Parts: sequence; C-alpha cells; structure tokens
Amino acid sequence: MSVNIAVNSKRPVNLDLRTIKLPVTAYTSILHRISGVILFVAIAILLWMLDTSLSSESGFEQVKSCLQNPLAKLVIWGILSALLYHLIAGVRHLVMDAGVGEGLESGKRGSQVVIVVSAIVIVLLGVWIW
Amino acid sequence: MVTNVTNLSRSGLYDWMAQRVSAVLLAVYVLFLLGYLICNPGLTYADWQGLFAQNWMRIFSILALVALSVHAWVGMWTISTDYLTPMALGKSATVVRFLFQAVCGLVMFVLFVWGVQILWGN
Repeated sequence: MSVNIAVNSKRPVNLDLRTIKLPVTAYTSILHRISGVILFVAIAILLWMLDTSLSSESGFEQVKSCLQNPLAKLVIWGILSALLYHLIAGVRHLVMDAGVGEGLESGKRGSQVVIVVSAIVIVLLGVWIW
Repeated sequence: MVTNVTNLSRSGLYDWMAQRVSAVLLAVYVLFLLGYLICNPGLTYADWQGLFAQNWMRIFSILALVALSVHAWVGMWTISTDYLTPMALGKSATVVRFLFQAVCGLVMFVLFVWGVQILWGN
C-alpha cells in the first residue's frame, strides 16, 4: 500500500506542450490531428457539393460556377490539402504499424518525408485547382 | 487495459483495427474519386450522374460512408479524451467531454443519413 502511494506521488504529470520543445515527429502528429478535425467539419461541405451536383443539371452547374469563385477555390484547396496530408501521414502510420520506421532516427526521417511529399502534393493540387 | 464506456468497442485494440481498416477503405475511395476528377476535366452532369447511378459506385460510396463514420468517431473520440481532460478543464472535464462526444456522434449520424439519402434517396 505504501509502495503504491510512493509510486503514484512520483508520477510525472507535466504534459504542458507549451513548456516542451517539440521534435519534427510531434509537428507531423499534431498536423495529422488538426487536419482530421478540419476534415470532420468539411464533410458537410463535401456532402452539400455531392448532393447539389447530383440533384439536377442546374445543381451541377451551380456547383461548377461556385467553384469558379476564388474564395471557394481557396476553401476547396484547404480541404483537399488537409485530406491529402491526412492520407499521407496516415500511410506513414500504416508503414509504422508494419514495424518500419519506428526508431528515433527513422521516425524523424519518416516525418520529414511526410512533410516533403505533402508539400509537393499540395502545390500540385493548387496547380490543378487554378 | 483501457476500459472507457464511450469508445467504439470498449477495446482499444479493436478501435485501433477499425481505424486502420476504415482508413484503407477511405484512402482507396478518395484516390479513386480524385483520379476520376483529374482524368475527366470536362466533366458533364450526365457523366457525373451516370457514375453515381451505377450500383457498384453506390455500394463503394456507402462503404466509404460507413468507414468515414467509424473513422471520424474513433478520431474525434481520441482527440476528446486526449485534450478535454481534468488537467485542461478542471472538474467539468467529464461533462464537457461527454457533450462534445455526443455532438460529434449526433453530427456524424446526421451526415451519414444525409449521405445515404444522396446516394439512394433520389
């Protein structure tokens, strides 16, 4: 009993992220989460686009002309960027689940690859949209 | 072992698996749809409507919608249990977290039904 209390009292509780210097792996991790939340919100926008575009010929044209709007293009670019970042970072998770890239160095390299590949894909998306 | 009454399956391992399986399905669906849109720059309503009128596409889409519901729930649940904690919010954490999870669950359910209506309603 006394051992339990002693162990419990020594448990570190500081997980205040503002006081911890984050490695690159932490940034890709938190970006994965942020992009996930963005995508959760974006589901409604994407479903509205699907609903309207499938409802009728005029609905299809409405979505098409809506996508000519620069602000709408920016929003779609943002959503698709979040989607592809989330996908690429997710593939890294699956690779790590298979036991590859789990070490300290290989993990950092994996994160760097995710950032570089995502940046390239996001730029290409921008080119496609504009 | 983590036992939490609000997670999807009351088993962290099963949630982990569900997250991975749904992720793979969603990745395939997203890449297919993006590929289709990129390969068909001059897409017409007839093409678009014809794609979603096919049974295999409807089944594929419903599958993706189910996967999305599972994936979104596991993801939002994970985030809420990580950040909406007593350390961050004090005594009200459990209530806030439960309400947040309830809203996420309700929103996802409504989106799911809406998605089914889009695919099979008309």
